[in-house]
Amino acid sequence: MSDRQVDILIIGAGPAGLAAAIAARESGVGSVLILERENEPGGILRQCIHNGFGLHRFQEELTGPEYAARDIARVRDLGIPVECGTTVLTLSPDRVATCVSPANGFQTIRAKAVILAMGCRERPRGALCTPGTRCAGIYSAGTAQRFVNLEGWMPGRRVVILGSGDIGLIMARRMTLQGAKVLACVEIMPYSSGLNRNIVQCLEDYGIPLYLSHTVTNIRGRERLEGVTVSRVDERRNPVSGTEIEFDCDTLLLSCGLIPENELSLGAGVKLSGATSGAVVDDSLETSVPGIFACGNVLHVHDLVDHVSAESFRAGRAAADFVRSGKQEDSLIEVADGDGVRGTVPQLIRKNTDGDVSLMFRPSAVFRNSTAVVECGGQTVCSRKALVFTPGEMATVVLKKDVIRTLSGNRITVRIERN
Amino acid sequence: MEQIITCINCPMGCRMTVNMSPDGKVLSVSGNTCPRGEKYAVQECTLPVRMITAVIPAEGSAVPLSVKTSRPVPKALIRQVMDILGSIRITLPVCAGQVIVPDILQTGSDIIATRDLP
Repeated sequence: MSDRQVDILIIGAGPAGLAAAIAARESGVGSVLILERENEPGGILRQCIHNGFGLHRFQEELTGPEYAARDIARVRDLGIPVECGTTVLTLSPDRVATCVSPANGFQTIRAKAVILAMGCRERPRGALCTPGTRCAGIYSAGTAQRFVNLEGWMPGRRVVILGSGDIGLIMARRMTLQGAKVLACVEIMPYSSGLNRNIVQCLEDYGIPLYLSHTVTNIRGRERLEGVTVSRVDERRNPVSGTEIEFDCDTLLLSCGLIPENELSLGAGVKLSGATSGAVVDDSLETSVPGIFACGNVLHVHDLVDHVSAESFRAGRAAADFVRSGKQEDSLIEVADGDGVRGTVPQLIRKNTDGDVSLMFRPSAVFRNSTAVVECGGQTVCSRKALVFTPGEMATVVLKKDVIRTLSGNRITVRIERN
Repeated sequence: MEQIITCINCPMGCRMTVNMSPDGKVLSVSGNTCPRGEKYAVQECTLPVRMITAVIPAEGSAVPLSVKTSRPVPKALIRQVMDILGSIRITLPVCAGQVIVPDILQTGSDIIATRDLP
């Protein structure tokens, strides 16, 4: 059993891990190592062959593989090793990871700092409590995307999609272009959490109906899926009897939300947030365990990879600071979710932080003509107006470093109020 | 003649009403909040265009080649473009950016590879 030592260990070579590695190395850290479970770096971007990535970061609309290739090339130029086919099994609070790979067998790796960049996972059927038989033909949308775009085979011919998140919408178009018939996209909420652009270009362009306030209430089929029942739901999301619509289909795709993949974090004793299912972090992206940082979708689910990269660059720099200088003790300001706001990240701000802090959160409903307000001790310290806040789009308020220094309390609240 | 379309530029998703003349010219746009909406509405009602991305099987590779149009093509041609892509087989190696089909359907848009396949 080999025992290795690195300065910074990064778990995951998706967009988060790659950006964190680049920033860490560019900050002057000697040994940076990325471990990746798949056989190639790039993460989920590898299967996202559609375009629209990189508008903020590169002022271009790239496809997923093109976006990933830029970071992969930079990682290679910086000489940062990426060990693929390597699954991390455990991580301890004192930053010792165990992992396995066909190439190196079982290894123990000790790191001065660890960056968690494992991404997220799709909510599976079991978590949706959908009645019906346990037949073949039910996939999460991302699994189907992998089959079609990376493995080159179609999961089915007649498709119903449950959930109208962006992955579901993108797959509606993808399956249609590859010759499948997409019968319906079904959304339990009265609104779609997908981008307008995807509703227009993935559903309307192909005449695929979107059933809002509907859900799948039965699944039929013995060996293979034969059909699903879709029913309207009331305001409390309970199915309304008598509204059933039957669809004969061989495939059901689930696009019902993403959950940060934090098994390793839990094993390391990292405290998680109930609102984001990701780690509780301060503005340097450090978790509750000193020297363990988190960024990207393992921290909180993002809409845009550009934001993942920006966040991960900060995590990489912060981990480099930790390796150089150790933990800098500071008094902390707690960030709380107020009305209309869920899952604000970071949850803690260091009083003497060296930069402005972007507070990112998800609106809990659609708010038109509203203002996001940051309050401390009943006083507004910062605000941002917007024509619309929607749950489908992460919102940001930037808190200036000078404002943070002058805060009188040790707790701030973020909320949305209608104008 | 009136057409109702949803703006895709931002989360507002303005519902715009486009007034068209019988010969297909845009007479007026209403319901938009900003100038980007009007521009999109005019484009969408006169010559709607889309980027197309797809995968093509590659000889000797388990992973297919992902491709895109180098610029948006008329929406009406999407099916024809997909039919052409469905009939192509690629031989390796391929580099990202390589032209796979030049000037597809005389649109001025090339089909280009979006990944390396060594």
